[in-house]
Amino acid sequence: MLAFILRRLAQSIVVMLVVALISFMLFRYVGDPIANLVGQESRISDIEELRQRLGLNDPFYVQFARFIANAVQGEFGISYRLQQPVTELIVSRLPATIELAFASAMIALVFGVVLGVFTALRPKTFATGVIMTLSLVGVSLPTFLIGIGLIYIFAVELQWLPSFGRGQVTDLGWWRTGLLSESGRRSLILPAITLSLFQLTLIMRLVRAEMLEVLRQDYIRFARARGLSKRAINFGHALKNTMVPVITITGLQLGSVIAFSIVTETVFQWPGVGSLFINSVQVVDVPVMAAYLMFIAFVFVVINLIVDILYYAVDPRLRVHGIGAGK
Amino acid sequence: MAEAEKMTDPILSVRNLVVEFPLRRGLFTAVDDVSFDIAPGEVLGVVGESGAGKSMTGAAIIGLIEPPGHIAGGQILLKGKRIDNLPPDEMTKLRGKRIGMVFQDPLTSLNPLYTIGQQLIETIRRHLPLSQAEARQRAIDLLAEAGIPAPADRLDSYPHQFSGGMRQRVVIALALAAEPELIIADEPTSALDVSVQAQIIKVLKELCESRGAAVMLVTHDMGVIAETADRMIVMNRGRIVETGSVADIIKRPKEDYTIRLIDAIPSIRDETRRHVVPPSATPIVKVEQLTREFDLSRSFLDRMLGRSGRKVVKAVQDVSFEIRKGSTYGLVGESGSGKSTCARMLVGLIPPTSGRVLLEGDDIWAGQAATSKRRQRVQMIFQDPYASLNPRWRVGDIIAEPIRALKLADSRGEIRDRVADLLERVRLDPVSMRKFPHEFSGGQRQRIAIARALSSQPEFIVCDEPTSALDVSVQAQVLDLMRALQDEFKLTYLLISHNLAVVRQMADDVGVMHNGVLVEQGPVDEIFDRPQRDYTRMLLDSVPDISNVE
Repeated sequence: MLAFILRRLAQSIVVMLVVALISFMLFRYVGDPIANLVGQESRISDIEELRQRLGLNDPFYVQFARFIANAVQGEFGISYRLQQPVTELIVSRLPATIELAFASAMIALVFGVVLGVFTALRPKTFATGVIMTLSLVGVSLPTFLIGIGLIYIFAVELQWLPSFGRGQVTDLGWWRTGLLSESGRRSLILPAITLSLFQLTLIMRLVRAEMLEVLRQDYIRFARARGLSKRAINFGHALKNTMVPVITITGLQLGSVIAFSIVTETVFQWPGVGSLFINSVQVVDVPVMAAYLMFIAFVFVVINLIVDILYYAVDPRLRVHGIGAGK
Repeated sequence: MAEAEKMTDPILSVRNLVVEFPLRRGLFTAVDDVSFDIAPGEVLGVVGESGAGKSMTGAAIIGLIEPPGHIAGGQILLKGKRIDNLPPDEMTKLRGKRIGMVFQDPLTSLNPLYTIGQQLIETIRRHLPLSQAEARQRAIDLLAEAGIPAPADRLDSYPHQFSGGMRQRVVIALALAAEPELIIADEPTSALDVSVQAQIIKVLKELCESRGAAVMLVTHDMGVIAETADRMIVMNRGRIVETGSVADIIKRPKEDYTIRLIDAIPSIRDETRRHVVPPSATPIVKVEQLTREFDLSRSFLDRMLGRSGRKVVKAVQDVSFEIRKGSTYGLVGESGSGKSTCARMLVGLIPPTSGRVLLEGDDIWAGQAATSKRRQRVQMIFQDPYASLNPRWRVGDIIAEPIRALKLADSRGEIRDRVADLLERVRLDPVSMRKFPHEFSGGQRQRIAIARALSSQPEFIVCDEPTSALDVSVQAQVLDLMRALQDEFKLTYLLISHNLAVVRQMADDVGVMHNGVLVEQGPVDEIFDRPQRDYTRMLLDSVPDISNVE
């Protein structure tokens, strides 16, 4: 187990280095940052001086080594646009994104599993037909359309919920949360639903397919032949066996919820990391983009590690050298 | 019915049972007007080939027919009380408590994610009013009775930590957990080795005897019935063909179907030889000190941290034998004995760690030229005809593939003629080259596999359990075909089988493998009639054979 985690960590470091290389390339190939920083009338000597100050004249590998050294210390330079340290910028925006991501992941997971199990256990009822048809809508509609649609119905027409922003935010010193105020919670509902809809339908369809598969297995027939109750069979025996693939997909999806919340954040003017990224792209604010890339890679690596460890917890067959083996 | 004068009331009475499946093409009657009784303590054997409706009868009794199948008529009575029309809730309570069931494959009938203790205790507490601790104790007792050594320690192990035979013992313990009056055993030993099979039959029989439980033993293996059952019924196409005592039916079958079924069963005592190899025949294949090791050690990092050493398994150790031209060499042994690994090295699928395989004097592992020569001259027939044919290819393309790959024919017309010829040789209509594998039955698919093996005009064919996925009557047909083709094309076979009766019938020489070592070899009659090694004797003794019926 320890060897396994160490090996995964080593692999993660390789992944992070590759991502670092790619995000560093952004500095060099996305465009000349100087051109965006200075005005039309700046003198050549000023530009040259700025270049020198930002270290842009050094050779490639020196710049890369400096980038890595700084990145390890959590230092990604100064935003060209906002003239603030990038790390500070991201950390200040992070709570908004994480709250949104977790709220929507929760919605997706809870409703996805419940609906998936329901539709698998009652494959031929009318309700299942309705759910399956609606889920197609969830899979095929683009996020921004769902967001705009929800805003139109619940914010514009019905006026039940706010259409943008984060509402009132409470500052806990290290974390600025919207969950403690009425308006903050209300503001969270629409973006969270928008972001979760795709994941929800995906998880639901996955759970359903896996569950139908597992219900055909011999051990389920044998469990029924032993006279176990329906509940014990469906939720004790069948559901646990569907969990391994569901954990994999859910883990990856949680990563992409954080990474691709960009669209939702833009539609709802949500002050998270995603909208920071979009604003930075528009002005080629390379340090922010590079740091964002690194951050997303880090999120994926951590989630994958957790998923692998969860496998061990769920499936005893993976604990090859566990208790009693080969006795 | 003949045994209506039985003194005791039957535990189970099935009266005119009909099970129907509404399918797209119309109504399919899986079980048609079936009636029988089982007395307390009696073992009733139900035999028949696949599709005979024997498993469906068992499923109907315990109320586990998969929809859209349903009981369309008749009655099922358990101790005189009707159970086929009980509401689902009450039927659930009956299962496990009064009727227990054992399935065929012990590798898949246990939930892999729970310890066997959890599964046993769950079942016991569902049916009996016991506390957690009492149920645990009972689980330990049950496992001990089923013959699991050190049951108290093994209770917290997961199913994958047991061997197949041990798992089937656990399954039997689970089925008996609540002392049911009736056990339905659906092919309980078909997935197991002969030696393990004998033990499992013994455990099942002893446990049921000591509890006075009636057993309905469903199997395709007449030998198992001969060894275990008191009475038997023979089923075909959903109907009962014949009912009677085991000795009566096996010695004096009345119906045509039964006679044909019993004739098709090979026996290990059967000495009829089908052809004689000229004694001076030169060896075509020579195996010299063949050894194959598999490195199962964990990765370097794991070994550093876990401080475990390298772990190398010798799957095949120092095996040497010769196969005479035009003869059949049988290789027998239990699963894990290395016989399949041996076969793979002979056809060139895996390289040997050391040793040589000589095909008419040429080492098949010596370079490029030897490889292409080997590909043409050595072919293989696999065990499972359902898995060894590509389901997306037409039969014609499947058979033509070796011809194309080895460039044995030039024009498309020539290839087509060859394929048509091959199909005729394996007694299939040449029109079937336009069809897909799923349109054929198991036996026909195995014929297609044989045609494919023949298409490169090989001299030597390795057959890895060619008939073990087939019914006995189909098995007999396939073996007949193999035999006819051997004479026709002067083929040499290496026949790998766990079915000793098949080997006795087909082989001229036999090698017995155990733990990767060839423990004994010689002419087939010599080995079967006068085995020298204890292992061979044990193997032969544990075969359930219909000639054992007195």
